[in-house]
Amino acid sequence: MRGIVKRFPGVVASDGVNLGVRQGEIHCLLGENGAGKTTLMRILYGLYQPDSGEILLAGKPVKITSPSVALAHRIGMIHQHFRLVSTLSVEENVILGVNEGMGPFLRLGKTRKRIAAITDEYGLSVDPKAKVWQLSVGQQQRVEIIKALYREADILIMDEPTSVLTPQEVDQLFATLRTLVDDGLTIVFITHKLNEVMQVSDRVTVLRQGKLVATLPTSQTDKPSLARLMVGREVVFRLEKNPPQQGEKLLQVSRLHTLNDRGLPALRNVSFEVYGGEILSVAGVSGNGQTELAEVLTGLRKATSGRILLGGKDITNRSAREITDDGVAHVPAERIKMGTVSNMSVRENLILKDYRHPPFSRGIFLNYKKAEANARRAMAEYQIAAPSDSSAAKLLSGGNIQRMVLARELSGKPRLIVAVHPTYGLDVGATEQVRQVLLRQRERGAAILLISEDLEEVMALSDRILVMFSGRVMGILDAEEAEAGEIGLMMAGVQREGVRR
Amino acid sequence: MKKPSLFRVERRPTLPGHVVVLVSILAIFAALVAAGIFFQAYGISAVRAYQLIVKGALGSRLGLAETVRRAIPLLLCGVGLTIAFRALFWNIGAEGQLLLGAVAAAGVALFSGLPDVLLLPAMFIAGFLAGALWGLIPAVLKARLGINDVITTLMMNYIALYLVEWLIHGPWRGPTMRGFAYTDKFPSAATLPTISWTRIHWPTLLLGLAVAVLAYVLITRTRAGFEIRVVGENPEAARFAGISAFKTTLFVMIISGGLAGLAGVGEAAGIHRMLLGPTSISMGYGYTAIIVAWLARRNPLAVIVTSLLFGVIMSGGDVIRVSLGLPFQVINLFNGLILFFLIGSELLMHYKISFSFRRR
Amino acid sequence: MGWETWFIVTLSRTLAYGTPLLLATLGEIYTERSGVLNLGVEGMMIMGAYAAFSTAYTTGSPWLGIMVGALVGGAFSLIHAFASITLKANQVVSGLSLTMLGLGLSGVLGRGWEGRPLPVSIPEITVPGLSKIPFLGPMLFEGQNLIAYFSILLVVVMWYILYRTRIGIAVRAVGENPAAADSLGISVNKVRYLCTIVGGILAGLAGGYLSVAYRPAWTEGMTGGMGWIVIALTIFAFWNPAIGMLGAYLFAALYHLSFRLQPWVSPELLKAMPYAFAILVLIAISRGTLQKKMGAPAALTLPYSRSEE
Repeated sequence: MRGIVKRFPGVVASDGVNLGVRQGEIHCLLGENGAGKTTLMRILYGLYQPDSGEILLAGKPVKITSPSVALAHRIGMIHQHFRLVSTLSVEENVILGVNEGMGPFLRLGKTRKRIAAITDEYGLSVDPKAKVWQLSVGQQQRVEIIKALYREADILIMDEPTSVLTPQEVDQLFATLRTLVDDGLTIVFITHKLNEVMQVSDRVTVLRQGKLVATLPTSQTDKPSLARLMVGREVVFRLEKNPPQQGEKLLQVSRLHTLNDRGLPALRNVSFEVYGGEILSVAGVSGNGQTELAEVLTGLRKATSGRILLGGKDITNRSAREITDDGVAHVPAERIKMGTVSNMSVRENLILKDYRHPPFSRGIFLNYKKAEANARRAMAEYQIAAPSDSSAAKLLSGGNIQRMVLARELSGKPRLIVAVHPTYGLDVGATEQVRQVLLRQRERGAAILLISEDLEEVMALSDRILVMFSGRVMGILDAEEAEAGEIGLMMAGVQREGVRR
Repeated sequence: MKKPSLFRVERRPTLPGHVVVLVSILAIFAALVAAGIFFQAYGISAVRAYQLIVKGALGSRLGLAETVRRAIPLLLCGVGLTIAFRALFWNIGAEGQLLLGAVAAAGVALFSGLPDVLLLPAMFIAGFLAGALWGLIPAVLKARLGINDVITTLMMNYIALYLVEWLIHGPWRGPTMRGFAYTDKFPSAATLPTISWTRIHWPTLLLGLAVAVLAYVLITRTRAGFEIRVVGENPEAARFAGISAFKTTLFVMIISGGLAGLAGVGEAAGIHRMLLGPTSISMGYGYTAIIVAWLARRNPLAVIVTSLLFGVIMSGGDVIRVSLGLPFQVINLFNGLILFFLIGSELLMHYKISFSFRRR
Repeated sequence: MGWETWFIVTLSRTLAYGTPLLLATLGEIYTERSGVLNLGVEGMMIMGAYAAFSTAYTTGSPWLGIMVGALVGGAFSLIHAFASITLKANQVVSGLSLTMLGLGLSGVLGRGWEGRPLPVSIPEITVPGLSKIPFLGPMLFEGQNLIAYFSILLVVVMWYILYRTRIGIAVRAVGENPAAADSLGISVNKVRYLCTIVGGILAGLAGGYLSVAYRPAWTEGMTGGMGWIVIALTIFAFWNPAIGMLGAYLFAALYHLSFRLQPWVSPELLKAMPYAFAILVLIAISRGTLQKKMGAPAALTLPYSRSEE
């Protein structure tokens, strides 16, 4: 792939990338979330069209305009979220969209023989007659691989294939991948886990902010140098920040367990404290339990065991409403999908949580005069740029939506603030402002739990850093002493010696 | 855009009110033109048909009265539907809820033995409750089990229809009706007064107007209305803000079903003064009210206007039915066409087309 | 009348009345399987009935009539397909308006046609040989017409296509997970258009059966709410053609029995059964794995567009 450029509104997701992949290798694409790995591969698979640049297959330029063209060029892709039809059987999923002659009629005997040949050769055992919804995630992934092999893919793109697997399943997957490349297949493996890069790849390409940083043979590199390449500058910028004034212990979480949407453990034995006047950051690669942690703390998800104390009061598994009333603010990761009602006015969005209380509520009625005054004040204080306080929230830019969410969540002078990816996708100005707002809240004495995947932000803002990996606390570091490379390793699941757990 | 073009199509970020009104009027006009072309092709003068409709439905005191009396049940059902639609509950069941209201009214009128003064109030209360109950069943099924509201409300319509059939053929068949499938006439204390020489049962009309205003206040001014809108616009945000979708769904369906039930009381006590065949009680008011609410863009106050518009179509349809010998179904032709043109215009509305003759 | 004759007549009438229910249900099963809910069945049926009758009356050929009925049903369904697939309009509203439009249009068009008897209707046939089988013969092979047998053949064919061919897999995939189908090069919109048209053709055929075979005459609104029973039946059938056949005959038997059992059971309450059954079925399959096994297609009523996530 040569000089691939792809722009999305506001970001350059792929910025002149030249990627070369050799036949018969496992090539890892390494980078943080948002580094442009998936975008690059979606271009290769025909899901996106590049703004410029070209793709060469075996030296010949090709135009890949859709997934079917990619499939015709024997390129297969396994998405992070599987594209399987759960009510169909394994074999039906495999032959979906494949034309094998015979018009509409199936040759199930032949199909089954081919599937059996594939599964036997690569140890991908799965019952071809089972319905997909009956299968475990690991088995479903095998179906995706079988699908690609059935279409005789030569190049197989796998987008974070291990993120949903158990360690045993990961080992099995890696063994399978080895046999596949031994048979001449080429595999592009998207990941942000250093262990995996070292374990499975022949060569590795590191991407950062849409740019290609380096392509190296895996044997000539090691985890610390890869971590450095991935995260970027060693020295991160520091914000002007007063020394911490640690107050009382506001949040105490002990032995917390919960399940994710699939019913699998998302938090395992998580314990930590947050004090007033400090920012505790939770660092980690997405999908390691951070979202679930924020949801359990704010009453949007049930804990299966463990205790959450807020200022000594047990708030475990209380409703979102009760927890809000107890002084917990939540700046959600999905600021548009969850944090705002796009078709309602800025004024109404600003009272989304407080509408039940005076002054906004007067008996069964809402006091729109007060809501309007509140909106005016908030718009001035937080510099929310909107045509007026009665215009719909969907007209606002991302930065202004986040300002609006912050204005609402912080209006009640909360004791605890749970902020999830508060600057993700914002421009520089808005990012700066959001960070300043959080620091001001810290000075006021609020306890802040900042969940972020942006390591620079974590390093710059926090007093202490908690690193999470696969639902566990890997360790809690003092921000003054922490070093990016070390955090990067812990985020990738490498246990460090001498770190407080 | 690579090629220079004469006009540009842009998506509008918001919909200004006047665009909505304008496009809706255009859609209705287009539907009427389409119906006219159809009439013409069919050998009926479209001009004459529309003249008849306008004259019949608006041009005379009696015609106007018929328009208003048709609009009453549309108004009550339509207002209720705007509230259900606001919470994104697809209540297609106003027809059945209306029938249940009529059944409850008949039950109270014929069998309660209440003193005369209490009879009418009791009928309205019973009608509201019966309609609300009919609406609550699908509400609970959706909120608790996630069962599709469209299908259940639709099925409940037919269960209600056959319930009425059963009552008038069976247990409630009036002994004085000489074998016809009607209940007995309601006692006069159980009938609604009408404006003289018309069939406008004015207490129901006043009730409908009051309800439209109250519903508007509910939606725009109260905490409950705020919750309804948040649940309808973004259920995730509702969960985030601690608003119970379950309670909200039940609440809107009590109101929506209840108001349709009131419409049923009005038809039974104001027009027919007995319980009779379901298609005679309702004539599809519950379905037409869906268009009424849709056209009103889920605004209860606008329902006052749109219900009158469909009152015109229904009474006008009656007129051309008699004068031109067209079947009763001609009303459905108008309804169907208007609804289609409205859906078509929905997409159009969101785009702004601007012409430019300069090369860009 | 002895109980044997009673039984034979009941089942024979069940087969006759069940046929239009079956045809339209098969069509709606395909439409919904592809993710499109078409509440316009009643409208398509009545249009088919009108078109079939007027054609048969004018040309004297009931077979030509019934074919025109099917074509008109298919053409009529295109309106819904365009609105709900291309314009991505609300399927509920679009389907309802299709029903209203069909009732209105056929009512006006059919004004002059009421009360005219059809000179030639589709003949009832007696299958030679088979009809001599005691009991079963008169029940199944006497006084039926070809369309009834055709509909049973259609069940087999449509079941086979849905579950045993590439086409069927594509249809089910599109209704269940259009994004997955799209990523494998299947055109979601094309599949949905075709399935909606199949639904329209079969609804038109069902209407034609009513007006040129079952009761060879035209009356305004003659489908009498059958289209809504079809919607209920589709759910009752768990979107499976074979169960659809069972359901269609069961409901037809209920309908027929509602007259026969009049002295003992109220016919009105029997007629309400299909609708109540549909709700009960939805409740029964609302939980857990049953939802997956027998539930509605996951993408039903959801328009599809390829989004850049």
